[in-house]
Amino acid sequence: MSTTIFEKGSNGRSGSFIPASDCPVGDLGFAHPRNGEIGLPRIGEQDLIRHYVELASKNYHIDKGMYPLGSCTMKYNPVINEEVARLSGFAGLHPLQSEDDVQGALELIWELESDLCEICGMSAFSLQPVAGAHGELTGMMIARDWLRGRGEGGRKTVLVPDSAHGTNPASVVICGFTPRTIASNEAGLIDPEVLAREAGDDTAVLMLTLPNTLGLFERDIEKVIRIVHDAGALVYMDGANMNALMGIVRPGAIGVDIMHVNLHKTFSTPHGGGGPGSGPVGVREHLAHLLPVPRVAKEKGRFTLREDIEGSIGRVHPWFGNFNVFVKAYAYIKALGGEGLREVSENAIINANYLMKKIAPHYDIKYPGRCMHEFVASGRNLKQYGVKTVDVAKRLLDYGLHAPTVYFPLIVEEALMIEPVETEKKEALDHFAEVMARIAKEAEEDPDILHEAPVTTPVRRLDEAAAARCPELTWSGGECQPMEE
Amino acid sequence: MSYVQNTDSDRLEMLMETGVSSFEELLEPIDERLRVDGILDIGPAMSESEVASRLGALAAANSPASEMASFLGGGIYDRYIPATVRYVLSRSEFYTSYTPYQAEVSQGTLQAVFEYQTMIARLTAMDAANASMYDASTALAEAMLMASGIKRVGRIIIPAALSRRVRAVLDSYAAGKDIVIDEAPFSSDGTVDKGKLEEMLAEKAAAVVLAQPNYFGLIEDARMVSEMAHGAGALLIVLADPVSLALIEPPGAYDADIVVGEGQSLGIAQSFGGPLLGFLAAKTPYLRKCPGRLISATVDVDGRRGYTMTLQTREQHIRREKATSNICTNEGLVALAASVYLATLGEDGFREVAVQSASKARTLYRMLKDAGAGLPFGENFFQEFVMTAPGGADAFVSKARKRGVLAGIPLGKDFPSLGDGALLVAVTEKRTMRDLELFRDLVAGKGGAA
Repeated sequence: MSTTIFEKGSNGRSGSFIPASDCPVGDLGFAHPRNGEIGLPRIGEQDLIRHYVELASKNYHIDKGMYPLGSCTMKYNPVINEEVARLSGFAGLHPLQSEDDVQGALELIWELESDLCEICGMSAFSLQPVAGAHGELTGMMIARDWLRGRGEGGRKTVLVPDSAHGTNPASVVICGFTPRTIASNEAGLIDPEVLAREAGDDTAVLMLTLPNTLGLFERDIEKVIRIVHDAGALVYMDGANMNALMGIVRPGAIGVDIMHVNLHKTFSTPHGGGGPGSGPVGVREHLAHLLPVPRVAKEKGRFTLREDIEGSIGRVHPWFGNFNVFVKAYAYIKALGGEGLREVSENAIINANYLMKKIAPHYDIKYPGRCMHEFVASGRNLKQYGVKTVDVAKRLLDYGLHAPTVYFPLIVEEALMIEPVETEKKEALDHFAEVMARIAKEAEEDPDILHEAPVTTPVRRLDEAAAARCPELTWSGGECQPMEE
Repeated sequence: MSYVQNTDSDRLEMLMETGVSSFEELLEPIDERLRVDGILDIGPAMSESEVASRLGALAAANSPASEMASFLGGGIYDRYIPATVRYVLSRSEFYTSYTPYQAEVSQGTLQAVFEYQTMIARLTAMDAANASMYDASTALAEAMLMASGIKRVGRIIIPAALSRRVRAVLDSYAAGKDIVIDEAPFSSDGTVDKGKLEEMLAEKAAAVVLAQPNYFGLIEDARMVSEMAHGAGALLIVLADPVSLALIEPPGAYDADIVVGEGQSLGIAQSFGGPLLGFLAAKTPYLRKCPGRLISATVDVDGRRGYTMTLQTREQHIRREKATSNICTNEGLVALAASVYLATLGEDGFREVAVQSASKARTLYRMLKDAGAGLPFGENFFQEFVMTAPGGADAFVSKARKRGVLAGIPLGKDFPSLGDGALLVAVTEKRTMRDLELFRDLVAGKGGAA
């Protein structure tokens, strides 16, 4: 373990970062000033840097190795993108500067929106949502207001396939809708007949992920969309898996009404250990006026901001969204161009199909056949040796790799959801497959190796139950906060 | 340049292994009529040097506030960011890692968030803080939903002296749950009208929101508002400026139940308003209702101290439609930046930032007073105050810009009762006496034509 910064820093000295004030400092005259210290560290710069470098050494990250987390699209984050995003012409802008002072920023937003429209076949995009789930929420608000505007506000049900990300039903609920789960068929797909029975006068939206979280493209997508539209409802697409479709399918062109993309997945901006992300929302023409304000417009070569758009859902963020993330995604799209984006999706699909084939002899594949950019394996066949998927995941860490997404989607027992992404080359996939095979063999021959894994990591398996019973959420010398039931 | 590393022969070999002879065969599940015909129309690929030139040109078409005498605030402030913050943020161990689902290989991120939670809890004097929210407005919206759920009451009282943009975000989140948002007006001194608030509390409310300082920069009588809210059975939600907490009484000291705020001031670039950092802190009994991730210390099987995500049964990936929130991706790296900022400045340096901001704001206020400017609300502010610009705020802002001064935010459109001249002026530690004099001269009419 590393000692906390509070232990390291209590007696150290801090450096000088701002000049002494050249203004008089008198009595500030606060009626209720703060009494006593805050409890921030006092640590010298060298020890501070050592502290964070020590923490850094305990993290797995893409620059270290493959990160096959399904649905997370952990691809390489080009370093040029980090460099351009730090330019003071971007990083130093206040959002309330005059339009004249921010023409470059508005142009970047306008052009990125246009590029996303072209990639997704949508009429308009808003970059305001700052995460995928935030985009889902924005999309649901758009659907709600559109239905209300047509006098169809009584439609309260959002149909969500059972393979959906957990954020989908959670976003639906915040918007005042009620999610209803649609069971997948034996092929892991939406069954048009089941959907036709479920879709009706109370249906507001079908919220689907495409390709779905099993890595499968909905074969009956045309029928599915027609059923939903015939019922008077909208089709929302969670575009978390858009990495499979660039230059291959444009969702708007096949009838998807609303979708979000994740710039921090498909468009290579880093995940930052949990954020910041960016979840732009795109819509087709009939919904364009509902997007959040402000909107960037281009008039006679000049970029302006429009606030007064009749019908807009309003705001989901005070400003324009995570602008710094846009800069990186923009740089990425420009570096790739139209052909490069298609190459990304092609290689993502080839890599996933190849890896599935390599792993299939050792793990159950519930839905064999062609996958898109990811696939779901199962550790079910190892249960006979008393080994669970979590053990496989932890053993992978011992081999210096990161685990896939585990126990999701919920419809696959002992799920291992694997997304190799396009930036990994064949040799890396071969290595991963070899390690997976070796672990399956270990499970058969000496399952305790798996039960005890990981043993090479900075800490071993952690007591999550104790943490939940009495969480220690702040440093106070090891005291926890008992949670009453 | 697609960053793909497979060669053509790799691809061919992989396709063969997969049992197909061409990539197109892998697209078999997609009806051919649905596929894109041709190449996406977004232009040809650019080399790295072309990308750098293009982005350089776009950046150069902007005039960043960070390089001017900026008095713009309203939630986003121009502060000095120590080099340590950029250094730690540029470590790819942090920025290219994912959400710490595999705790054993994410101890760096987890401990950093744990330390961030500790710093926020200490700053606000609350029991605990979560791992971050998108920004202050969405943190406040989530606090509103949280309070409404705890009290099972669908009404929230917010101050009228609140950013209209924040209000708009609250409206978006309130609509789905049919939550009624009522505004407590401000009195002639710019702070919340206690008489009106008392009347409004006659009807049941889940929570009273206190903005401290409020949108006009003024410090509210937090103790009184807290007593009034609690006396009426409502929770107290505080929207706090973190830098102000170095100097004024923290929300925990006046019994706040939930505290949210904007962490951009803590070492985060202005970046045209994003990414930002919403923080959320609460009393222990409300933690099970709180949105977002929480990191806890615990021990591993060998008894070694380590960190893990906890109370995950609140969250969407476990609880789906019954989750406390839909938040998944948060602002992890930005929270790390805030921690590095606070640790770099330390107890004394952080206090110095607050003292300089507040005292420079007072210096400017007095200089403007002497120059005859209209100042409607007095000196009861932290680092931001309202001035009445002669000739209208918009005209004054344009005139100032010609002198390299970003004078502030015109308030007339959002708060018509303040008049066309109302301007919100923010002063941070970065401003120098010369900046203040430039501003004063604009008011005194000494600015001349640009």
